[in-house]
Amino acid sequence: MIAETDPTTKATAVSIQKVNKWYGSLHVLRDVDLDVAAGERVVICGPSGSGKSTLIRCINNLEEHQQGKIVVDGIQVDHNIAHLDAIRREVGMVFQSFNLFPHLTVLENCTLAPMLVRGVARPDAEAQARAYLERVRIPDQANKFPGQLSGGQQQRVAIARALCMKPKIMLFDEPTSALDPEMVKEVLDTMVSLAKDGMTMICVTHEMGFAREVADRVVFMDHGQIVESGSPHSVFGQPRTDRLKLFLGQVLREH
Amino acid sequence: MTALVEHIVNPTLIEARERPELIGGGFFAWAREKLFYSWLSSLTTLVLLAAMAKVGISLFQWAFLDAVWSVPAGPQGPITDSCRALGSGACWAVIREKYRFILFGTYPFEQHWRPAIVIALFVGLFVVSAMKRFWRIELAALWGLMLLLIGLLMWGGIFGLTFVSQANWGGLALTLIIATIGVAIAFPLSVLVALGRRSDLPFIKWLCVAYVEVIRGVPLITLLFMASVMFPLLMPEGVNLDKLVRAQIAIILFFAAYLAEVVRGGLQALPKGQYEAAYVLGLSYWQTSRRIVLPQALRTVIPPLVNNFIGFFKDTSLVLIIGLYDLLHSAQVAVAEPAWQGFGVETYIFAGLIYFAFCFAMSRYSQWLEFGLNMLRHR
Repeated sequence: MIAETDPTTKATAVSIQKVNKWYGSLHVLRDVDLDVAAGERVVICGPSGSGKSTLIRCINNLEEHQQGKIVVDGIQVDHNIAHLDAIRREVGMVFQSFNLFPHLTVLENCTLAPMLVRGVARPDAEAQARAYLERVRIPDQANKFPGQLSGGQQQRVAIARALCMKPKIMLFDEPTSALDPEMVKEVLDTMVSLAKDGMTMICVTHEMGFAREVADRVVFMDHGQIVESGSPHSVFGQPRTDRLKLFLGQVLREH
Repeated sequence: MTALVEHIVNPTLIEARERPELIGGGFFAWAREKLFYSWLSSLTTLVLLAAMAKVGISLFQWAFLDAVWSVPAGPQGPITDSCRALGSGACWAVIREKYRFILFGTYPFEQHWRPAIVIALFVGLFVVSAMKRFWRIELAALWGLMLLLIGLLMWGGIFGLTFVSQANWGGLALTLIIATIGVAIAFPLSVLVALGRRSDLPFIKWLCVAYVEVIRGVPLITLLFMASVMFPLLMPEGVNLDKLVRAQIAIILFFAAYLAEVVRGGLQALPKGQYEAAYVLGLSYWQTSRRIVLPQALRTVIPPLVNNFIGFFKDTSLVLIIGLYDLLHSAQVAVAEPAWQGFGVETYIFAGLIYFAFCFAMSRYSQWLEFGLNMLRHR
């Protein structure tokens, strides 16, 4: 559990240095460098297949990187089980396909991990879960099963479930891509309010409006590389590379 | 009424008509639509009805009208001449005479109340376990307690019960013991094997694969023979496991190999996202398996699981080849004495009805369970 904590990286939530990853002969991450400070909101965008999902999945070891160094909250992502356990307790994640547990009620989805992993007593876990469900504005659905909720509601439950573990960092992997257009807003609103409370967030998303509103930094990836990065204003307003211009053109046409 | 007339005039309208109205027309409307729709369907219906009537009447005559329900006792045992008379039907007298042997085997006659209670305990245990409101941890304790009680009743040796060696156990009581203990141990074992087969640890994975493939590749009869003949050769000097125990071990290993593949099918049907969600929430491997993976995986494989349970219940009858007196073997041996020779059909029907009762109950229960659990899971 004790990991070497470098005092200079204290304010750094996630540090990614020269990370490379291959799927067989396919080079999916090429020398990626990215530092995210505590409290910072970073939006990663890019065309599909650009490696953005792979990159954030490397942060909590859902995917393994083969070269380079990833440090999360002062703990290195390596083969040490204690390090990995510590990291997954501190990093929450929201998936494109929600991945709620369909055999458990909404409340049980939210209390399971705090009770099993953090050892919280059931009444406390339930009170906390209800508070977070309130916060994502679905307190009255606590006893329903995920299959009885709309996609937008399910994704908000997934956010509440992640928050119940009181993570320091939240990862969002295209959280609105599987939603019907009319439900995108309710999920984005939840994420905006989370961002305003100072949560460290790394979001893979194409929602430019969301990026403009909350992102401290926008990172554009293509072919496994970070091509441009900067404030939403500069990245969206003055794209320097043709690849980003092309991508922005496509995304803006879609929306 | 007008609807009915329309159907007679123009039968093709029936398809277009909504069903409730049709059913409102009663049995005749239903029969007209389903049985006598055209001359071909009418002919088929009539031929099948005639065949069923013919077979049904013969069977009824054999089983009831011409049946012999009892035979007089003679100085050298029962006199079964009336059963052998020309034109006599089923000889149910053999069941009346031998039902206790079929149910309890060679268990001492005056102690038959003990296996009788055991059978009742088993049935009671099944019924209680089948009810959802008893699905609590206490149920496992109840099972332990009941199996202890069943062992106590069967063996005896204390509390004034005379000792009965397991060599004398038999009949339905033995079949229930072998099948229940077989499934009760094989099922948890199969879950471990199924998980092991998907393990990242190569040694565990290979061990599980080898176990499943070897056992599945061999007939149960071979396993039973090996347990009966070869197993004692492998044991160190002086260690001698009882024949029943050896057969039980062979059956457990056989059942578990098959169940493991069924469970593995359920594990594979689970989306990867469920594992990922559990992982990022910090759940350990065993927490994930117990709370997330197995509840969902086992639910999806209820039909094949029960299908296997039903098959296993009947497969236990193969223990007769190593000389254990289970239900089927007892039914066979019951007609071995000269007076009753030739009445195997009656004892087989009797044994068959008992097997059917248990298997049919399992089948209906699984349908109910599947429906009930799916109601919960609106995916």
